[in-house]
Amino acid sequence: MEVDRPGQYIYSDTEIDRVEGQVIEELKASSQEALPDPDQWLEEEAEKNILVTTVDAVINWARRSSLWTAICFPACCAFEFIAANGPRFDLSRFGMEILRASPRQADLMITAGTLTWKMAPNVRRIYNQMPEPKWVIAMGACACSGGIFASSYNVVPGYNHIIPVDVYVPGCPPRPEALIYGIQTLQRKIAAKSNINLLERSKQG
Amino acid sequence: MTVALSGKDIASKLEERFPGSVVESSQACVLIKPDSLLEVAAFLKDTPELNFDYFNYVTAVDYFQYFEIIYQLTSLEHNHSLVFKARCYDRENPAVPSVVELWQGADFQEREIYDLMGIRFEGHPNLKRIFLWEGFQGYPLRKDFL
Repeated sequence: MEVDRPGQYIYSDTEIDRVEGQVIEELKASSQEALPDPDQWLEEEAEKNILVTTVDAVINWARRSSLWTAICFPACCAFEFIAANGPRFDLSRFGMEILRASPRQADLMITAGTLTWKMAPNVRRIYNQMPEPKWVIAMGACACSGGIFASSYNVVPGYNHIIPVDVYVPGCPPRPEALIYGIQTLQRKIAAKSNINLLERSKQG
Repeated sequence: MTVALSGKDIASKLEERFPGSVVESSQACVLIKPDSLLEVAAFLKDTPELNFDYFNYVTAVDYFQYFEIIYQLTSLEHNHSLVFKARCYDRENPAVPSVVELWQGADFQEREIYDLMGIRFEGHPNLKRIFLWEGFQGYPLRKDFL
């Protein structure tokens, strides 16, 4: 078998790199401010009291009881997530054990790890590919605020610059118990949501 | 265990073959002029009693006054290794010859150094950024980068 001589490899197109760089620069320029929490935690109790119907209770029960997670694990917090998924901590107690390789089949994104600006457009694309309703848990210090890398030249200081985050789980990395608590917090949040109210709101908007 | 060859012995061999190519040498390493780096590297690879066929790594250090590019080679046949270095005093446009033609393994590592340290490798077939994106300003591993 003849071995290729060095220099005969096919290298990727520089035009692709240029476009990629442009996309990253645009995303970086438009993501300097953190996105606010879309559901406004402080009004949670109030929302709960405005309109709680039986329909809401059933829909929310169904939604919170089988959250399917999209795989988005850029760094080391993924191992705590894997531990949480294993037999010792057993996420399937909460209907959470299914990991989806396709974001189109998932409604929860657990962002376990540091996010670089180069990776940011892809994470945002995964988020956009998830069908509504969808939630995001920022897992770990890097996901919450950039962690120790916050002032680095290529780390996004928190996922909330890219996508709206519902629950923040601090820790470096967080223990599986902390992640489970975060998931339960998200489940309480979903339970407190008023869907009919939301429908009306979207009609007005 | 792999024997680390004395830089002094190699330096005397190089000085014999390519006069003026060695700047200084010690037990640990040989410091080579960037101009003669490519022919020295080819000599190290192709001489049967040296036969450095395995390229461990290339890396670079910023010492403010100059950049130092460090290569480590190993011979799998003779089970010995060598570290040699080259210095670049030009801070605006530092450049050294690329060794990709000799060792394919240098390809991505030279691109990494170009990306993060800003040292050009002359003759590299695909010298472009590898970690950061096109349009990134500055070279983050330089000591004066903030």
